[in-house]
Amino acid sequence: MDKDLKRTIILDNYQNPNNKKISGTDYIKINTRNVSCIDNLDIYLKINNGIIEDASFEGEACVISISSTNILINLLIGKTKDEGIYIIDNYLKMINEEDYDKEVLRELMVFDDTSKQPSRIKCATLSADGIKNFLENKENHS
Amino acid sequence: MNRDDFKLLSNNIVYFDNGATTMKPKCVRDAIIKYYDEYTANAHRGDYKISNIVDSLYEGTREKVRNFINAKENSEIVFTSGTTNSMNMIVFGFFKNYLKKDDEVLITLSEHASNIIPWFILQKEIGIKVKYIELNNNYEVEINRIKDTITNKTKVISLAHITNVIGDERPIKEISKFAHENNILVVLDAAQSAPHIKIDVQDLDVDFMVFSGHKMYGPTGIGILYGKFELLDKIVPLNYGGGMNAMFTKDGYVELREIPTRLEGGTPNIEGVLGLGEAISYIESIGIDKINKYEKDLRRYLIDELSKLDFIEIYNKNNDSTITSFNIKGVFAQDTAIFLDKYNICVRAGSHCAKILDNVFNISNTVRISLSFYNTKEEIDLLINVLKNSKNIWKEIL
Repeated sequence: MDKDLKRTIILDNYQNPNNKKISGTDYIKINTRNVSCIDNLDIYLKINNGIIEDASFEGEACVISISSTNILINLLIGKTKDEGIYIIDNYLKMINEEDYDKEVLRELMVFDDTSKQPSRIKCATLSADGIKNFLENKENHS
Repeated sequence: MNRDDFKLLSNNIVYFDNGATTMKPKCVRDAIIKYYDEYTANAHRGDYKISNIVDSLYEGTREKVRNFINAKENSEIVFTSGTTNSMNMIVFGFFKNYLKKDDEVLITLSEHASNIIPWFILQKEIGIKVKYIELNNNYEVEINRIKDTITNKTKVISLAHITNVIGDERPIKEISKFAHENNILVVLDAAQSAPHIKIDVQDLDVDFMVFSGHKMYGPTGIGILYGKFELLDKIVPLNYGGGMNAMFTKDGYVELREIPTRLEGGTPNIEGVLGLGEAISYIESIGIDKINKYEKDLRRYLIDELSKLDFIEIYNKNNDSTITSFNIKGVFAQDTAIFLDKYNICVRAGSHCAKILDNVFNISNTVRISLSFYNTKEEIDLLINVLKNSKNIWKEIL
């Protein structure tokens, strides 16, 4: 993908994040506060019958963190938990420079060269790690 | 000034994160290498020449520290691993026994984590109460607010001398006088002041004081705990073992040594002590008053220049310290730091270990510039020029 296009997509999702809002009490809240950087986002998930029906986020974080969270949420809404985990796993593989399934990542591909900036890896994986932990923990599921 | 003494500065790096740690002058490095090359030995142990050299340098550093902060006795100076270690020794070695349930400790929301969390833990352990002195509109401590906050249960006031986000210097002498009139002890966190202003513990009349070597041109892993003799003598050691015992027998009888040795159990950080001693000599060779004047002038220049940029918000214009906290309006602090790093300008982004300050600050993350005497107006000019181009920030960091 062209660098300018990538930048435009990242910035658009940072400056106008369509999923940035506090959601109601029927949502599960996951805090992603990261000890090694200063990003601090709350993610809201609504899961019914194994489907991620809706999601949003709120908080303060850097451009990479907010933008990746917003794009990831766009991809997760409407997916099953397993599909969600599959997307996140492949996203994390991409960030960590392993082989991954490009087909499912769509706009998340804008972060495909994040590994070149080691200080940004934590920012790019903050929400993905938090959501993955939640989805994989069987006790959390309705 | 003195830039040639710092090897890393010749690497085209603009280092503005001196509140986190400072660069080390070559003489400090040389002192450490000399210990390993010429007289590696344990302290307080041997009857041979190189051990005696180490002993005399080790205790000589204690004398240098005593003189640096004008303590009365060398025995009031304890070597620790740093400010955090010193604070924990004070809170859990002294105050855990001194304080009773419901006794109150006064701190502020702008303290460093090491002057907050130990008190929180003690609160859980023995039921003391941690209370906050309200800050004024400039985020400063005023003696009148302390007067309003104390009760007959208040037993300790524990404050930073200079805070690490705002950079305000507290009126410690005045606070100590008032505290002592009310039977309150004063603990001073001098981590951010020791490298920049003259400290006289007798004049300030504080009961305990802590600071770190690595923020004042010394090595990491070495710090100081100062206490008035009669109080320091009551600290219960947290480390028992070698070096700190006078004798012990097989039936469990243990006799401990005098202070400060009693509080330095185990083989100490000898290279750290010797490096710190050299750092103090280095600071004194320049002169702390000269350092202070230079840094104040430089900070004023930085504030004047930053103030000309209407897209910059400065949070602490009104003080004299080396610390400046700001943001580019609409840009997250970490993104600004990464942008500046593209130009080899090192700044800190974050809450700077003062994570509860956002309660008064209304903003939790800032970019922090903390200056040293080796910074220059030319470096500030470079910073300002880079900031002027910050409309390109996304192009540069994405």
